[in-house]
This record gives sequence, C-alpha cells and structure tokens, in this order.
Amino acid sequence: MYDLIIIGGGPAGMTAAVYAARKKINTLLLAREVGGQVITTRWVENYMGYQYIEGAELMDKFEEQIRQFPIDRKIGDEAIKVSRIDSFFRVETRLGDSYESKAVIVATGKTSRKLEVPGEARLIGRGVSYCAICDGPLFAGERVAVIGGGNSALEAIDDLLKIAENVYSVLEANYTGDAILVERVITSPKLTVFRRHKVVEITGNEMVEQIIIQDLETGMLRTLPVKGIFVEIGLTPNSDLVKGLATLNSIGEIEVNCNCETSVPGLFAAGDVASIPEKQIIIAAGDGAKAALQAHRYLQRL
Amino acid sequence: MNSKQVKVYTTPTCPWCKKVKQFLESNSVPYQELNVAENKAARDEMVNLTHQLAVPTITIDGDYIIGYNEKALKEKLGIK
Repeated sequence: MYDLIIIGGGPAGMTAAVYAARKKINTLLLAREVGGQVITTRWVENYMGYQYIEGAELMDKFEEQIRQFPIDRKIGDEAIKVSRIDSFFRVETRLGDSYESKAVIVATGKTSRKLEVPGEARLIGRGVSYCAICDGPLFAGERVAVIGGGNSALEAIDDLLKIAENVYSVLEANYTGDAILVERVITSPKLTVFRRHKVVEITGNEMVEQIIIQDLETGMLRTLPVKGIFVEIGLTPNSDLVKGLATLNSIGEIEVNCNCETSVPGLFAAGDVASIPEKQIIIAAGDGAKAALQAHRYLQRL
Repeated sequence: MNSKQVKVYTTPTCPWCKKVKQFLESNSVPYQELNVAENKAARDEMVNLTHQLAVPTITIDGDYIIGYNEKALKEKLGIK
C-alpha cells in the first residue's frame, strides 16, 4: 500500500510528485501520459523562468525533475475509478490493475470537448481531429472546417489558411478569442465564416466527406464538402473517475477548498480538473505543490 | 539488439511525434521517419494500412500504433 497516489502527469501532477518525493512520502505517480495538455501548446510565454519555451520542452524539463526522485511511476495506463474502502483508497485502471493508498491527489486535467454529433466518433482519426497542430499538415490543399471561436480555434484557422485550399469556420456565436488573432485571419480570401451555426452531422464512409451545419436563426441546413474537421470547442474536466465519490460542480470540475481538499477526507484535487479559477500552467503547478503539502499534513495526522 | 522494422509517420509540427522519436532514440530503437505532410506516397501507405489519417502513427513489423502510447510501444518492441 502506498501513502499517496498522484493521478495525472501534467504540471499539477508532476509538481505534486516532486513535493511528495521531497517529503519522502511513499508515492505512486499514475498517468496516461506525461505532459498533459501542455504538450500540444506550441509556445509558452508566461511560465516564469522562460521568456518563451515550447510546451513539449517545458514538460520534458518537468519530467527530468521528477526522474531525480525515487518515486514509482506507472505511465501509459489510465486511472478510471477511485473508491474509498474503509480507511484507504483504491484506484482502478483501464488495463485492469488496481493500487491502494492512504491519500490520493487527482490531477487529471481536461481534454478536448467533443461535438457529440452523429458520425463524429466513427470518423475520429479519419478526418476528425482534436489536435490541429498534429494533424493540420495532413490536409494541405484540401477543404477543412474548424469548429469553435476561441483562441485554439483561431490558431488552428491561422495555421490551416497557410496550407489548405479553403477553411470553413463554424461557430455558434461570435469569436471569443483574442482580437489580435481574429484580425490575423478574418481578411483571408480562403476563409468562409459561418457564425451562429452549429454542426449537426459528419458524414463519410471510410474518411470524412461532408459536414452538415445548421443556421441557428433560420434552421436552414447546409452541407460543406470537407476532408478534415478540427474540433476546438473547449475542454471538459477528466473527473469521471471520482463521480459518485467526490462532489463535482456544475461543469464537472471536482469541488475543492483553498487547501485542495475535496468533499472526501484524504482525497485532494489540483490543477485544471479542480474547481479553481483560471487554467494556467503556472497555476496548475502551484496547485499541485499545495495539494502535495496538504496531503503530507493529512498523512501525518493519520 | 532490436531487429524489428519500425516506421514513424509524422508531421513537422506534431509534438507527440517528437515524443515518439525521443522514446525510440532513448531506447536505441532504429526507425525510419516519414513526413506525411510532404510525402504523399507515405501518406497513402499510412492510410491504406491503418485506415486512419492521424499522426503519429508507428508501424512495427506491419503492426501499428496510433498516437504516443509508451506502454503499447514497450510491449510491441519488447522493451522492459
């Protein structure tokens, strides 16, 4: 039995691991992957100590730091359920393993929100992508659609305008991203904007062939021929593993107080998955540190 | 020595592709990189094999893995 299991390999989880290791807490770090959302962040310009650094490189530096400490790490498997059994916690994984500990820190972050329309799930990796920076270059010379109006969507549009034949921008209201990004893309002759439209279906046999969108005012349907669809409509917290155990807020984040404590004693949450305001690398890292120190206090009291 | 034939299909901007290459290099696994943003033949080869259009795609002796999955890579390559 471990004293502490940290679930998640992003800035919050890795920082928590360093703090736990320095307190010599018998710790397991369990993560689907190391780096989390930061890996696909092109440039980070607001993490102190670096004027700018690639997201992936910053996470490599985090990983180097945790390697300095003798903590157990299980990377590549995903925690799917945390349960409280008498005085300890059990963490079950997708690959069928289970681990036990006296305290748990959930730092599982957020993942891309899905459209939840017919055809989407079937065509993931077949034209439907949630990673424009990864898959964008595959659609050189093709027609593509970018769904969403925030900064991620605008960055995807900006990149795709350089290589695609046409970019359709589909958004339910108006652009909510930074004005500087909107200005950069909006005058491009290759861009067609569909404001106040929603996606109703994605079609195609083997690969994406069409996207069907609906005008939210008139109800009119329109079919656009596309090869690629980039879904950039925000993020959803990875909190399913504690659903029914800890209290979640209305958007699915794990409710915490300023000590990273959840509604369950011994269960802490940190970073983007927790109900803290502002989702930033530096905030997640700081929150991970706080959670580990609080977990240490909790373990000492047992 | 690992004698398996490993190919990595990548795009130049893809951070997860870099992670895969770093993983292979740190485990001394030789691989062939194919940039599918430029190389149309490689792109078609990847789609025909996997019926997927996503990177990174890694083929190991004809078997394939999509995305950076350390555990799956270790299993398929026989790395402990």
